[in-house]
Amino acid sequence: MTGDRPEERPDERPAGRPPSAREVYRDLLPELMLADERLYCLDSDTGLFDRDAFAAVPGRYLNLGIAEHNLMGTAAGLAASGRMPFVTTMATFAATRALEFIKIDIAYNALPVRIVATHGGLAAGHLGPTHHALEDLGIMRMLPGFTVVVPGDARQAEEAVRQSLALPGPVYIRLGRAATPDLDGGRPGTAPFEIGRAQWLRPPGDVAIIACGPHPVLAALRAADLLDARGVRAAVLNLHTPHPLDVDAVLAAAAGTRGVVTVEEHWRPGGLGGAVAETLAEHAPVRVARVGMPAVFAERAGDQEHLLDRYGITADAAAAAALKLFSGTHGGGTDDPCLSRV
Amino acid sequence: MGAPAPVDLAATAHRVREHIVGMCGGPEGGHLGGSMSLVEILTVLYFEVMRNDPRRPAAPDRDILVLGKGHGAICLYGVLAERGFFPVAELAEYARPGSRLMGHPVRAVPGVEMPTGSLGHGLALANGFALADRGRRCFAVLGDGELQEGSVWEAAMASAALGLGNLTAVVDRNRLQITGPTEDAIGLEPLADRWRSFGWSVREVDGHDFAALREALARDASGTNGSAARRDGAPVVVIAHTVKGRGLPSVEAKTRGHYARLSGRQADRSLAVLRARRRREAP
Repeated sequence: MTGDRPEERPDERPAGRPPSAREVYRDLLPELMLADERLYCLDSDTGLFDRDAFAAVPGRYLNLGIAEHNLMGTAAGLAASGRMPFVTTMATFAATRALEFIKIDIAYNALPVRIVATHGGLAAGHLGPTHHALEDLGIMRMLPGFTVVVPGDARQAEEAVRQSLALPGPVYIRLGRAATPDLDGGRPGTAPFEIGRAQWLRPPGDVAIIACGPHPVLAALRAADLLDARGVRAAVLNLHTPHPLDVDAVLAAAAGTRGVVTVEEHWRPGGLGGAVAETLAEHAPVRVARVGMPAVFAERAGDQEHLLDRYGITADAAAAAALKLFSGTHGGGTDDPCLSRV
Repeated sequence: MGAPAPVDLAATAHRVREHIVGMCGGPEGGHLGGSMSLVEILTVLYFEVMRNDPRRPAAPDRDILVLGKGHGAICLYGVLAERGFFPVAELAEYARPGSRLMGHPVRAVPGVEMPTGSLGHGLALANGFALADRGRRCFAVLGDGELQEGSVWEAAMASAALGLGNLTAVVDRNRLQITGPTEDAIGLEPLADRWRSFGWSVREVDGHDFAALREALARDASGTNGSAARRDGAPVVVIAHTVKGRGLPSVEAKTRGHYARLSGRQADRSLAVLRARRRREAP
């Protein structure tokens, strides 16, 4: 049912190109499985894995085919038997197609299943809306007990996978498709990645930009530079764990500002922006402007960068939203004509 | 851990039927028909076939049962209580505010492995349990209407492909779903051929005949499924032909017996009917 499968074999990486998050995950998992016999790899015909890589852990790599309901149910049965399955599928097929199986079989039982979802957000690009995942963060953070992580780069993805082993309940880790720049590179002094703890990339300022995911965080950093040139200091928070939310960090980022801008590769309702807005409304109300996918399905082809640009998930959009907040001209509504149709 | 000491299965099944009627006489009523059709199946599984220990419901060497047709909860509760997983007296609390005995099985009830009731989950869950330990037997008890869920067939393909010879599916083939005959909705026949074509070893039995069920569900010398399957071989499906509402002529094989809220008088009358039948059938 998944139609087009990833057209690019991740192992055909040209020399010199940094690894993508999913390649790092692919290479790390067999190593972790060797060290911990609870671990299983449940694949759904993603084409990501090479069966031979699991030769040292016989019987624990299982390609269950193109059948996401059975995938999640089987993972639950294994987890209820003391195992810790890593389930790999594309984000949209996890969070929407298999949702009821995740809710009932995994979340309801609070089982230690790790869902590693590739092609998050618009990463599937030209493959179209059937393969875009713009709802997954909102859905997964609603399920009781789930930890939802969106690593900002390949190294954070590796950390997320490693650290997930210590969590007793279910975890959803959203990865992209292609390689993205190293977020921490050249930024010594940045706190190390830790699931559940937001990462300060710029200190508190006049406004705050809170983002998750590789492209949104990079956009947030560039927006902060643009704002700096206009004399406005912007905090940048990599909120890589949308759930459970680092409330203290969000409150600290928002404190004393004219408002908060959220940036995410997700439909605007319900995702990171929704989580931040809920939190601030409850604890310390300030204006929130959400930069994200308007409530539409992409109607034209494009690669990820093209679509991010076309739908305004950009540094310019984040900077413009922050300036409006700073100058007090943000009306509390949205300029997005698409949203008025929601 | 072994199967429990021999008990009088017929007498046990009779008491389970009384419990079901009692729960249907509670404030919310219950799934009468599909629970009555299941009585012999669950009784023989819990009292003769499965390794289980009511004092240690989570014992690692237990066999596993997942009730895919979660609406059969009151039958499962009756059997678990009779087997000693919790006090029989607790059945009177069924569906009352604050009770752990909900209308579909929940894990808070000792002996329940998985919450079920959203149909089509049971076989996939059993696949996972069976994969985790190929040395134990795993059972998925499915409703025939449930087989209309596509996820059952995703799981069925996988069970065979993975060679889960320690897995047995039992289909409660009572031929009725809420709206009427399964064959009038989305028909399931030829059911045995369908399972066979998915790579399963198929056995068909009278689902109210203890001897036939016992034989179909027996463990073989390899410690897994019966003689038709081998360890790491084909999974087995037992198609158990049953009568929905079995035991109460007023609802037997009738669509309207699917769910019942029995008044005090109706419950009393039903118990009298059950007991009269029991006396007639007693050896």
